[in-house]
Amino acid sequence: MGMLEIRSVDKLYHSRGKPPVHAVRALDMEVKQGEIVALLGSSGCGKTSTLRMIAGFESVSAGSIALAQRPIHDLPPAKRKVAMAFEGYSLYPPLTVRENIGFALKAQQLSRAEIAQRVDSIARLVEIEDILDHHPRALSGGQQQRVSLARALVRDADLYLLDEPMGQLEPQLRAVLRGRIKGLLAERGMTAIFVTHDQTEASALADRIAVMEDGVLQQFGSERELKNRPANLFVASFIGEPPMNLLDMAVAQEEGGFRLSVGSDLAFHISRQTLDVTGQQALVQAERTKVGIRPQRIAIGSGEARLRIVSNQWLGDQSHVAGECAGHLLVAVTSGKIAARPGDIVPCALEARNLHIFGADGVCVRHAEAR
Amino acid sequence: MDHSSLAGRIFRGIALALVLVFFMFPIVWILLMSFQSNEQILRIPPRLLFEPTLANYEALISGQLKTAAGNLQLTFMRNLMNSFILSSASVILALLLGVPAAYAFARFKFKLGETIAFTLLSFRFAPPLLVLLPLSLYYQQLGLNDTYFGIVWVYQLIALPLILWIVRGYFEDISPDIEHAYRLAGHSWREAFTRIAVPLAGPGIAAAGLLSFIFCWNNFVFALILASADKQPVTVGALAFVTASGIQYGQIAAAIVLSVTPTLLLALYAQRYLVEGLSLGAVKG
Repeated sequence: MGMLEIRSVDKLYHSRGKPPVHAVRALDMEVKQGEIVALLGSSGCGKTSTLRMIAGFESVSAGSIALAQRPIHDLPPAKRKVAMAFEGYSLYPPLTVRENIGFALKAQQLSRAEIAQRVDSIARLVEIEDILDHHPRALSGGQQQRVSLARALVRDADLYLLDEPMGQLEPQLRAVLRGRIKGLLAERGMTAIFVTHDQTEASALADRIAVMEDGVLQQFGSERELKNRPANLFVASFIGEPPMNLLDMAVAQEEGGFRLSVGSDLAFHISRQTLDVTGQQALVQAERTKVGIRPQRIAIGSGEARLRIVSNQWLGDQSHVAGECAGHLLVAVTSGKIAARPGDIVPCALEARNLHIFGADGVCVRHAEAR
Repeated sequence: MDHSSLAGRIFRGIALALVLVFFMFPIVWILLMSFQSNEQILRIPPRLLFEPTLANYEALISGQLKTAAGNLQLTFMRNLMNSFILSSASVILALLLGVPAAYAFARFKFKLGETIAFTLLSFRFAPPLLVLLPLSLYYQQLGLNDTYFGIVWVYQLIALPLILWIVRGYFEDISPDIEHAYRLAGHSWREAFTRIAVPLAGPGIAAAGLLSFIFCWNNFVFALILASADKQPVTVGALAFVTASGIQYGQIAAAIVLSVTPTLLLALYAQRYLVEGLSLGAVKG
């Protein structure tokens, strides 16, 4: 049994004179005790609605939410044992930073010494010891965000919800805090869900990432799973930097498998053995199919395909090479410098084992070989 | 325009002085009149220099008006008291009803919400005379004629929309997440309203309260029609100085000075809030 169990949750927003907005559809999710989960997606994908339903600021239109084996979707927020850091900080203006952080502890009737000790220790963690006696109005956005984060993390709760917890911080501080917060959560075995649109943050902080789009949970897994075994076209193109190259290919059956091709320039043989039943069915039925390959899996300098260079950038530790191949724009990432100028034609290797193949409905029917 | 040039500054000074004279002259003149006897006031041409007298104020405070036709009983102090009672009670009632309503309109979308809010505001558009005739008939039927309660009730037409719309703007300015954070920390919805929303909207509530106090205080027609002498506020009470033996200009002036003073002091004291409250109420919504 999970710490948090979300079962078939729907969220519909009704507004007068407009069709209802289906913000979250049939969401099923289970978060284990002590796990850190990222809700990742573009804005409007339903991630914040999900968070607010867990906290109790939005009602669930259908389905159930249970936290530590208690159904909580009908409880008022005060009774859910959930702590939350808000995207808009939402500090209490008349209170100092110290009072803001200690506020919920005071309501828990902890001793004054205990409160002071806990506030100080969390303040040290997010580097706000020097502003503890300031009022929120006098703080910068980044400082307010850290206070808001501290106010959530200082509490004893079954679940911590963090809405874009580090959006306003400078990159350097963000990297430092990520590590510390992850350490704190792990050390205390705290279960946390945070919302972000930043993949780096999701990979750095989360044990598992839930990718949402259009109110639908697309895939829920570790970063490695999302990268190596994307469930569908959306996850494949959303996760990874630069994004996966997608090619539209013609399908034909041939001896021992299938032939995928783009014109006469590029062709692959996909052996039947590498496909499961659904994969074979999908290819038998299809005339064309989408095929994806990660930029990191395209080798430049050798191979049978030809790439006409469009741009070639050295980023200091890797090259991003964009070029045209069989009517598609492909991006390749290599660890070494490539000596090629726009207009040059260079050989490149695209291998059948590195291809992800997607069915007509966008579901991935064959993943690239793991490396 | 260069505001710091000498010509500019002189021009500005003159313009300000003109505006000031235009608006302040009647008040100053009334103040001067209140220290003169009726004969002095009616002198032609009027003089700026005169021997001041406190007779008008004495008459008002003692309640005895000596006229050529004999002594007249004045209820001015009672009227002043009535003004206080009616205005304060109206504002308190309007705050009790209006602040929670404003919160509801600011926070929750509900059926007909905007329509109800606008209907309440529309009471401010309608001329009071429009409702007075039917109202006085109802009041006679209900036995509310000439009661404090009846007047306080009808004053809600003035105070309630004002409070509702100004305070609503303030509530809308407060991020709901502040209340959410408070509720997550283990507090009920009611506590979030009384301990977070209301204190944060405090300046707006104060401004709205002051404004409605002033508007209630200055009201004339409602009390004129719906109340008799012992329940009437100063605005109506001043009519008593139009006597059979002539109009008592001196006492009228003194009465005006006395009745304007409390609201004037209140407005001066809370000037900053008032301007803020008014502009916020005007822009928002």
